[in-house]
Amino acid sequence: MSELAFFIDYSRCIGCRACVQACEECDTHRGVSMIHLETIRRADTVQTAPQVCMHCEDPICARVCPADAIKQTPDGVTQSALKPRCIGCSNCVLACPFGVPKYFGAIDQMMKCDYCYDRTSAGKRPMCATVCPSQALAFTTREEIERKRQGTAINLWKFGGEVVRTKISVIVPSGVSEIRIGESALSRAGGPAGATEDVAVLLGEI
Amino acid sequence: MEEREGAGPRWREDFPIAWERDHYVTRRELAKFLTLGSALLAGASAVIALAGRLWKPARRRRTRIASAAAVPRGGSLLFRFPTDEDPCILLRAPDGSFEAYSQVCTHLSCAVVYRPEDRTLACPCHKGVFTCSEGRPIAGPPTRRLPRIVLDVRGDDVFATGVEL
Repeated sequence: MSELAFFIDYSRCIGCRACVQACEECDTHRGVSMIHLETIRRADTVQTAPQVCMHCEDPICARVCPADAIKQTPDGVTQSALKPRCIGCSNCVLACPFGVPKYFGAIDQMMKCDYCYDRTSAGKRPMCATVCPSQALAFTTREEIERKRQGTAINLWKFGGEVVRTKISVIVPSGVSEIRIGESALSRAGGPAGATEDVAVLLGEI
Repeated sequence: MEEREGAGPRWREDFPIAWERDHYVTRRELAKFLTLGSALLAGASAVIALAGRLWKPARRRRTRIASAAAVPRGGSLLFRFPTDEDPCILLRAPDGSFEAYSQVCTHLSCAVVYRPEDRTLACPCHKGVFTCSEGRPIAGPPTRRLPRIVLDVRGDDVFATGVEL
């Protein structure tokens, strides 16, 4: 039995905002949700996608931080910015390929999801995963996911030429081994048409 | 998630992303600070002690204030010692012995005046009173004694030789 891990199944998300509400109730950032509930192609569909920090094995946000404020724990969790160090420069906000860190002007600090480290380091589940009614956010073992779900859980992303491995896995249709975000998906005009590399296509949403 | 040694630029070693190594750096910095700081304090103390041992204050020149005959018993005389900016007062007790104190009140630097009737030095600004025998404050706001001028009476001449704070 492997250890507990975090899995996201975007296709199961029903947009109920329970995860957002649960995250807001945490005392360390009361009233501010660290999980972002993204809307997908709002004109065409009601599909939403929860976005927690993916906890990259080589966190780009920490790499670009000029103030040495973002640290990674031995178990691979990328922490939120250290309050005394963060200078609110938003480098991490711009660098993160998942758009996870957010700058909060009122406190001039970056805040982001930290895997509910106070809970997960003590063996509890992250708050969002405990409340998700459709288990789009699942904190469980890989065996359990493979037994119960249809797709496969992968954690390899390719943003153009940037290869990112994450601690958190997402569930994609079987046979897909990596998620590639082409230049077209990054809306870079003049890039090669890479519609087939679009995540939305892979997830059968279009 | 241990970072590979030697990965990235040299400065990354001082600013590691991994928690444990960052804590190690912080601990090491603290130890370095404490060690160097303690060494600096000890060294500075040693230097000060050595300097105090080696450096002797230059002998002040004796300054003649007045002739003893010029000051009547129970009388006083103003003079300046050690420099022209330091007003002092010379007192002669009824028994003929001399005392001298700085005239600068230790409260707010007014000039004290001699009151022969009860043998005190009184400060008119805030009613501070000092004894003539020791220069100690006995009334009013002053809390520190007046600096005493060390006197040396040779025959008919009164010399000032130093200041006792």
